[in-house]
Amino acid sequence: MRRTRAEKLFNVFNISFLGLTAFICLVPLLNTLAISLSDTLPVNRNQVTLWPVEINLKAYSFLLNNDRFWRAALVSIYRVLLGSLINMVLIVLCAYPLSKEPGKFQFRSLYSWLFVVTMLLNGGLIPTFMLVSGLGLLDTIWSLVLPGAVNVFNMVLMLNFFRGIPAELEEAATIDGAGHFRILWQIYIPCALPAIATVLLLSVVGHWNAWFDGIIYSNKLESYPLQSYLQTIIVGLQMMNNEMSVERYALFSQLNERSIRSAQIIIAMLPVAMVYPFLQRYFVTGIVVGSVKQ
Amino acid sequence: MKKKTTLRRLKREYPLHLMVLPALLMIIIFNYIPMAGVKIAFEKFIPAKGFWGAQRFIGLDNFRFVLSLPTTRIVLRNTVLIAASKIILGLAVPILFALLLNELRSLRYRRALQTIVYFPNFLSWVIMAGILMDMLSPQYGLVNEVIKACGGKPIFFLGDPRWFPSTMVITDVWKNFGFKSVIYIAAMTSIDPGLYEAAAIDGAGKLRQTWHVTLPGIRMIVILMTVLSLGDVLNAGFDQVFNLINPRVYDTGDIIDTLVYRMGLIDAQFGPATAVGLFKSLVSFVLIASSYFVANKWFAYRIF
Repeated sequence: MRRTRAEKLFNVFNISFLGLTAFICLVPLLNTLAISLSDTLPVNRNQVTLWPVEINLKAYSFLLNNDRFWRAALVSIYRVLLGSLINMVLIVLCAYPLSKEPGKFQFRSLYSWLFVVTMLLNGGLIPTFMLVSGLGLLDTIWSLVLPGAVNVFNMVLMLNFFRGIPAELEEAATIDGAGHFRILWQIYIPCALPAIATVLLLSVVGHWNAWFDGIIYSNKLESYPLQSYLQTIIVGLQMMNNEMSVERYALFSQLNERSIRSAQIIIAMLPVAMVYPFLQRYFVTGIVVGSVKQ
Repeated sequence: MKKKTTLRRLKREYPLHLMVLPALLMIIIFNYIPMAGVKIAFEKFIPAKGFWGAQRFIGLDNFRFVLSLPTTRIVLRNTVLIAASKIILGLAVPILFALLLNELRSLRYRRALQTIVYFPNFLSWVIMAGILMDMLSPQYGLVNEVIKACGGKPIFFLGDPRWFPSTMVITDVWKNFGFKSVIYIAAMTSIDPGLYEAAAIDGAGKLRQTWHVTLPGIRMIVILMTVLSLGDVLNAGFDQVFNLINPRVYDTGDIIDTLVYRMGLIDAQFGPATAVGLFKSLVSFVLIASSYFVANKWFAYRIF
């Protein structure tokens, strides 16, 4: 197809403009990475932009010896494993009956509404906090995994995918004498793997990134997950105990605070970066409904 | 007779009920029981007496108290201002990005761009705040270094009340525009290519094809997203603002959610804090419910 000069000009502009946009998205990450890998002096002199100067791993090796950081990371890992498992079991189990037509499942609409309402209304911060505290969950892992155990949005995603699974498969299985649990396990779950992968990855990333619950439901620093821990030491307004600042002063002499902060940020985003390629592959296919072949 | 069939159905469908049960229990405990907790908004709540203790009912006094605070009006204004700007730019920028992306012919370049711009969406605001506080610092931040290099004066984006709200809006758009464009890109790829061919045969250039084919093709989804975003008018973005705010910028940056947090969990004023929270929930509920109603009526949109 022939293209006019204006179109060619636009094309050049478009390619460079979008390239610049993507570059702007990337710069902060590159800058952080470069600072975390650079030596104290260049960082203090402000010579580091996108590429590390006098590369070293001092900041990372300092973190390696920081017990608090790793304890928080362990809490996060534990929370991701337990929390995602609970999320998946509840969502898959519940999405199956709700994907049925009302004719096949009485009260389906009633149940659905009970779930949808929670997307629109909530008790708010204070009553929820009082409930979790009243149940004696403060400072336990359960305060981090139970209150958000059912993500209704993800459940809707799953149930819409389940709807796309041909009814013939289920009818055939029913004739062969399979019950609902067996149909879910042997037909729905294998058919819905892209949706399950999507929801699982969303749940993993969600648990890894959650920080506010850790701050309000934990009194002891030991029960803080990584993001809550970083929130308090990097961006938080609340002053931490003196111990922490003594430790921080001790390292001012040899290490740059900016490098350590950046190294913490990089480590905290590492798991997300690792699952991201899979997430990106699935979130479009997972969200597009009814891709099952007959 | 009717009762008998209900019973029979229950018996036959009990595995389905069993499957719903665990999730149902969780939302009853963690979503519905706290809703009863809004009674605190109407009480002179004293935590020592306990939730079920003999609290004194004071009607709307908590609401009156909050309304009498001079900060309330400021906070409400900040919230609506920041949220409305985010809604407008949060719609316009992703659509524009999707339109431009749609004009690219190199699929590989396109995919690379998408991979990069979707990523910030998956990072938490804690991490983003850590990065931004460094980048936007007036002493050593990269952004201010660029401004200085261009001959400008460094700007204290996060500490200057005049700059704080726009910084919130721009950084929010920056973090989310890529991912928000997914839905428009999906809508554009589902446009029948035959329409473009027909337009080209009729002599339409690229620009006119965009105007007459692409835009009408995504019109429905654009209107739908606009309607649905109205529910966010009081959502200025707690995660972001909480992590970036500091007392210096309370005048222009303090929002309803940060106020509720400070009142309730820092100052332990449970009654007034719950009252503010309840006010926000109710307004949001009305907005969301009516936008869903419109979306359902006009576009046959259903969540289930």
